Amino acid sequence: MKTYLLRRLVGLIPLLLGITLISFGMMHLAPGEPTVVGQELNPKISAEDIERLRSYYGLDKPLYEQYWNWLSRMAQLDFGDSFASDHRPVLDKIVERIPVTLWINVLAMGLILAIAIPLGVAAAVRHDSRFDRLTTIAVFIGFAVPSFWLGLLLMIGLGVNLNWLPVSGMHNYDWQTMGYWQQQWDLLQHLLLPVFISAIGGIAGISRFMRSGMLEVIRADYVTTARAMGIPEGQIRYRYALRNALLPIITLLGLSIPGLIGGSVIVEQLFSIPGMGLLFYESVMSRDYPLVMAITVIGAVLTLLGNLAADLSYALADPRIRHSHK
Amino acid sequence: MKQLAYLLNKAPLLLLGGGIVSVVVVAALLAPLIAPFDPVRIDVHQILMPPSLTHWCGTDTLGRDLFSRMLYGARVSLAVGFVAVGISLIIGVALGAVAGHLGGRWDTAVMRATDMVLCFPTFFLILAVIAFLEPSIWNIMIVIGLTSWMGVTRLVRAEFLSLREREFVHAAKALGVSDLRLIWSYLLPNAMGPILVSTVLGIAGAVLTESGLSFLGLGVQPPDPSWGNILIEGKDNIQIAWWLSFYPGLAILITVLGYNLLGEGLRDWFDPRLQQRK
Repeated sequence: MKTYLLRRLVGLIPLLLGITLISFGMMHLAPGEPTVVGQELNPKISAEDIERLRSYYGLDKPLYEQYWNWLSRMAQLDFGDSFASDHRPVLDKIVERIPVTLWINVLAMGLILAIAIPLGVAAAVRHDSRFDRLTTIAVFIGFAVPSFWLGLLLMIGLGVNLNWLPVSGMHNYDWQTMGYWQQQWDLLQHLLLPVFISAIGGIAGISRFMRSGMLEVIRADYVTTARAMGIPEGQIRYRYALRNALLPIITLLGLSIPGLIGGSVIVEQLFSIPGMGLLFYESVMSRDYPLVMAITVIGAVLTLLGNLAADLSYALADPRIRHSHK
Repeated sequence: MKQLAYLLNKAPLLLLGGGIVSVVVVAALLAPLIAPFDPVRIDVHQILMPPSLTHWCGTDTLGRDLFSRMLYGARVSLAVGFVAVGISLIIGVALGAVAGHLGGRWDTAVMRATDMVLCFPTFFLILAVIAFLEPSIWNIMIVIGLTSWMGVTRLVRAEFLSLREREFVHAAKALGVSDLRLIWSYLLPNAMGPILVSTVLGIAGAVLTESGLSFLGLGVQPPDPSWGNILIEGKDNIQIAWWLSFYPGLAILITVLGYNLLGEGLRDWFDPRLQQRK
């Protein structure tokens, strides 16, 4: 297990380098520079001023040198300063926005598991029943529905017309005056729709996967054997079959991380939640290069870590792998 | 008729999905013939009319007929889907063929690159590039295509690896068939099933991605109507005119659903294990 972990960690290094190279290349090969944006706003800016700005941001150096500087500063967790008018360090800006996004995604992940697994198992156990057909239809719709459209409809329906849920932001205006539990309740109400909208695609995907995994396992020889030995059906399903069908889900969860992080742009924009997704959107629209590059890299690193965690838990959960690496 | 009943029994998903997809595609192609109104004609007497028999999906803030606009929007949305998937298909098949057929160092290099790109939240990449390049319809098609080839690459590689040891491939090699010909006329045709499935599912994904970009103001730009940007234009008036956002979203939902059903149906159709069971 230890050697396996070590090998995986070493294997991350070239991936990390590649990720930084892609992020850097993408930003610098795209036409247009932040100094040009300033120029549009200020017609009186002279060529010398632009030159000074370029050298201030290091844009006059050759690309490989810029890349190397950026990389070595990033290794010390220095992502540079934002191009925005506040010129704050990029890292500070991201750190204050990241918890919200992580919370929403973790809650979404929890919701996905809590709904998708029982749903998939139930559909598989009642294969070809009316319940199975209905959930299959629901799953296909869940796959196809544009999340922001559903979010918009729910916002108008539940939030505006019925006034059951708050429609945007994270806190009510009187948040400061609330007691602790009131605050938690308020937060929960605000996060309910965003978490649900983030989770909807995952619920559809994972329950579908769970269903087919369970169907496959139920047909396996060892399940037939268990049945022949007279083990009760419930025990076969939940003790033997479910555990085997759950294994691939771990990997799938790891693979769904980039989708969740990417989707947070839309969810946070829709519900005006000040998280990393919204920060990314703002930075993209204002061509805040250091911020855009830092968030892209951090998003990819989060994915990488998520995949690693998934593979490790897979190795821990599956005795076949656990023993082969000892 | 008999054949239809047979298909309905054997592949209901295929038939339903294929049906939805053909209706949408035909509607898009024949938009100028079907559309009851001129999609750009402004009519100040018909502003924000709710859905009725004359205006099936209502009218917008300029009095334009929503149904007609959606028919033209279908052309744009579907074109984005087709071209984007075409691009990802070309890249994916080429890289997958290189990895699966040449193997060795080529394989390692291609798969490493694929893993790397898979780590990125693709929506971030697409968003950043589109924002920097200007959101024209061509840029959107190209960028979506450039960020969605990874699945096809893995698929083609896996198919090629499993075909490599088959007898007809050995026979072709023994006959001295060139690499390119081997890939083109022996390996690819045998991998067509899964490639087709992923193409169909990819179109659904690209239509959804474009609508997501539109939501952020970075999709196909008006006056070119796409379902995404019609939906977003309607968002501001959603409380007084729900239909402006409701119908375009529904159109996206139904179209994506159609492609997904078609993809699943094709997958079942090509899966020999399922065929034996039935």
